[in-house]
Amino acid sequence: MENTNKIKTADEIKIKRKTSDIVFTVVFSIISVFWMYPLVMVLINSFKNKNYIFQNPFALPDEKTTVYGDNYVQAVTTKMDFMSALMNSVIITVFSVALILLCTSMCAYYVSRVKTWYTAIFYYLCLFSMIVPFQMIMFPLSKVTDVLQLNTPFRIPLVYLGFGAGTAMFMFSNFLKSLPPDIEEAAMIDGCGPVRTFFLIVLPIMKPTIISVGILETMWIWNDYLLPYLVLKIRYYKTVPIVIQYFQSGYGRVEWGAIMASMVITIVPIVILYLFLQKYIIKGVLSGAVKG
Amino acid sequence: MGKTLQKNPLYLCMFLLPTAAAFLIGFVIPFGIGIYLSFCKFKTMNNIKLIGIDNYVQVFSGDQVFGQSFWFTALFAIVSTIAINVIAFMVAVLLTRNFAGTNVFRTVFFMPNLMGGILLGTIWKILFNGILTNFKQTLTSNGTYGFVGLLILMIWQQVGYMMIIYVAGLQGVSDDIKEAARIDGANDKQILFKITIPLVMPSISMCTFLTITNGFKLFDQNLSLTGGEPMHNTEMLALNIYNTFYGRVGYMGVGQAKAVVFFLLVGAIAILQLKLTQSKEAD
Repeated sequence: MENTNKIKTADEIKIKRKTSDIVFTVVFSIISVFWMYPLVMVLINSFKNKNYIFQNPFALPDEKTTVYGDNYVQAVTTKMDFMSALMNSVIITVFSVALILLCTSMCAYYVSRVKTWYTAIFYYLCLFSMIVPFQMIMFPLSKVTDVLQLNTPFRIPLVYLGFGAGTAMFMFSNFLKSLPPDIEEAAMIDGCGPVRTFFLIVLPIMKPTIISVGILETMWIWNDYLLPYLVLKIRYYKTVPIVIQYFQSGYGRVEWGAIMASMVITIVPIVILYLFLQKYIIKGVLSGAVKG
Repeated sequence: MGKTLQKNPLYLCMFLLPTAAAFLIGFVIPFGIGIYLSFCKFKTMNNIKLIGIDNYVQVFSGDQVFGQSFWFTALFAIVSTIAINVIAFMVAVLLTRNFAGTNVFRTVFFMPNLMGGILLGTIWKILFNGILTNFKQTLTSNGTYGFVGLLILMIWQQVGYMMIIYVAGLQGVSDDIKEAARIDGANDKQILFKITIPLVMPSISMCTFLTITNGFKLFDQNLSLTGGEPMHNTEMLALNIYNTFYGRVGYMGVGQAKAVVFFLLVGAIAILQLKLTQSKEAD
């Protein structure tokens, strides 16, 4: 008797599943709207007069509060100089990531194939650097980079290569450890030198790891605030996060309208990029999660 | 391959040297100088005076704000770790049920991670102040607002990130085991606690570690949301160190000593995590 009550038929379970699934879809849809709201709020306020933004960020722009596209015009034209900051951010991110990918993949290859005391020391130092918080080295680093004049958007990639080497070296070495050296040896017998073997044989095999490392480093460098703030010659060169922080802490009235417009200009391309590259970004996050 | 690479110093220069040189400049040398400076008194790099452990004595006895920052940070790290992981895990469990729209929801939840802490802090500052202004208050009226605000901000940012790790972990649990348990008479709750959770333990420990370290190292969001206001009440360790360096004249040595203490703290958490995961894997 009891058993017949407890055990449901497959059909009953399916129907129950179906209804609960619809409930879940509805509930998650509502949560998703709230989740997206902060970003939508930025978009809405980017069309409002700066005086009405902080007062009531939830109100939609109307006849009285709207400035149409003036905030965007102001963001790209006035002393805020958002466009040059955007340019700097792009330059710094692209060159740093390219440099990190090229140099650390080669370096990880050397370290994982040549087993001597100095490659071992170097590898463990790289691992060690991953647990050191930036505050530990920020002051000395800013002095060292000042002396070496690494304080422009085109030179700061060297600093990122140094400070970002740990994670990249770790991820590349992990991959190379699992790669059997047979293929490389076959290439050698066929007359390939180490350079050609690396670029023609090893690098193509490493492509998934290269994409993962590239995504992780891009997300880090593009959003980084403190390192460029301390290293760059701040009067001449700012990045997007620096500009957005800088123009809130200035004296006098804060140009909230221009800040909102700049944030929209920053966020929209990233979101579009994310929708296209989502698969890779998620893979990157997953492979980077092991680093800690 | 190793021998050919090693034989010719040209390959050493090509493969190893660029990264090694940058690593020296970007990490090893600053790290060394940092340790040294924590035992020194200095205002500029031209008059450095070795003074022994005075800076460390001052960190632990003469600086009330640092102690306050420590407790604020520790409390925040613990509370945010629990909140983020519980929510992320629940979301991940539900989103692996494959109802309509799960992929869209995953995409939405992850989105805040595309932006840096400065942008996130700015956005939430406007939101919170927009709400609090109705009660004639601001986000910096008292420290509790700052704490709760930072907590909501970090939940919003990190739930999507951790969810992805949990989803991957949950997808690795085979349906066969769950099905077998169900046939043996286990209910949903038993399956979750006795089978699913033990099997995704690696993901749980990884996420716990990530969130707790993120909590301790938090800087950008802290700076842009409250800036440590009011009265240093919401100033976390990283921001406290920054303010000691750049906000007070003559305290750079103390700032560097704080940074070393901070490094040891974060490093200890990392090593603890490593030990915990290793002992679990051995079981």
